[in-house]
Amino acid sequence: MTAAQIIFLITAAVILGSAFMVVTTKNLVHAALWLIVTLFGAAVLFATLNAGFIAVVQVVIYIGAIAILFIFAVMLTRRSMTDTGPGLNRGWWLSAAIALLTFGGLVWLVSGWGGFTKAAPAYPSGFDAVAALAHALVSPEAFVLPFEVASVLLLAALVGAVYIAFQRKGEE
Amino acid sequence: MIPLSWYLTLSAALFSIGMFGVLARKNAVAILLGIELMLNAVNINLVSFWRYNNPVLMDGQVFAIIVFAVAAAEVAVGLALVISIYRRRNTVVADEIDLMKW
Amino acid sequence: MQSDWTFIGLFLIVGALIPAAAIVVSALLSPRKPNPIKDSTYECGIETVGENWVQFKAQYYIFALVFLVFDVETVFLFPWALSLNQLGLFAVVEGIIFIGILVAGLVYAWRKGMLEWV
Repeated sequence: MTAAQIIFLITAAVILGSAFMVVTTKNLVHAALWLIVTLFGAAVLFATLNAGFIAVVQVVIYIGAIAILFIFAVMLTRRSMTDTGPGLNRGWWLSAAIALLTFGGLVWLVSGWGGFTKAAPAYPSGFDAVAALAHALVSPEAFVLPFEVASVLLLAALVGAVYIAFQRKGEE
Repeated sequence: MIPLSWYLTLSAALFSIGMFGVLARKNAVAILLGIELMLNAVNINLVSFWRYNNPVLMDGQVFAIIVFAVAAAEVAVGLALVISIYRRRNTVVADEIDLMKW
Repeated sequence: MQSDWTFIGLFLIVGALIPAAAIVVSALLSPRKPNPIKDSTYECGIETVGENWVQFKAQYYIFALVFLVFDVETVFLFPWALSLNQLGLFAVVEGIIFIGILVAGLVYAWRKGMLEWV
């Protein structure tokens, strides 16, 4: 067993354990903090996959902004620190069965695919992934349209969300 | 070296845990947390396919970045809706937000 | 490439261990004799009223939201800006359109008075 495999297994254990805590903890602030652990584990995985830029983006966007937004939302939507009632629906065992079936089905599906256990090709030396990403994002024969559409999507999200969450003067 | 199957199995497990969170949690914010887990599983899949297919083609990473943008937009609007509903109806339990339920 | 990440990982581990060690050692060594007055929020001064969990204003959320959107914009613009010299005029125009669309959203929120602190 190589060092890379040991790092992967530790990271995977951290990711799955903290993800389990995210969906089962009753206190939502703790759930959001466990989410940060999960996201950080995913960033470590991206680093092991030679995707350094994606790893940094994961930390900057998910941990730096999205998790903070979650914590703000939890703070804004609760009157007291104590939770009322159970955190899970009455039919949670049905949800667990569906999730287990999904997992089994996904693994069964991809394990039938020929490239399931293939090893990674050698990473090209001197390859600048960030520059290649820039070329892919702005060249007309690649992804320039998704690039601009992403901007429109963010504009719509900004205007819509600010309008919905805005608390007018005098409104409780 | 780690085979691709490890990454795919991990992301399938993460996706299923997120799905359990979406289906079983009562609180609307907790449901959105589950959706975040699912989107992260998708991102792990995309980046590992990029690495194991041909790293010179950047499609997988571009997809992952678009997923980041979509996740940010989804979280922004979703949490704004939850906050707005909380202000008007004083609840964040998804079962109690049933005005449009038939 | 991978060795850089090894150093970052070692740095993170050491950076987590040192504060943890400080907390654990001080918890082990410090004497602990609590009493109600010592445990109150302000040992001397006025008594605290109510809970420590207060309702925040939605205004905080709006600022975090605007930050999130421009954070995502940074991610798209970072590779673009890094290789601006090799990309040519067309890419520059695309980037400026991208920024312009998002600035329109900021101007909207600003004109509506949503960025003012109420």
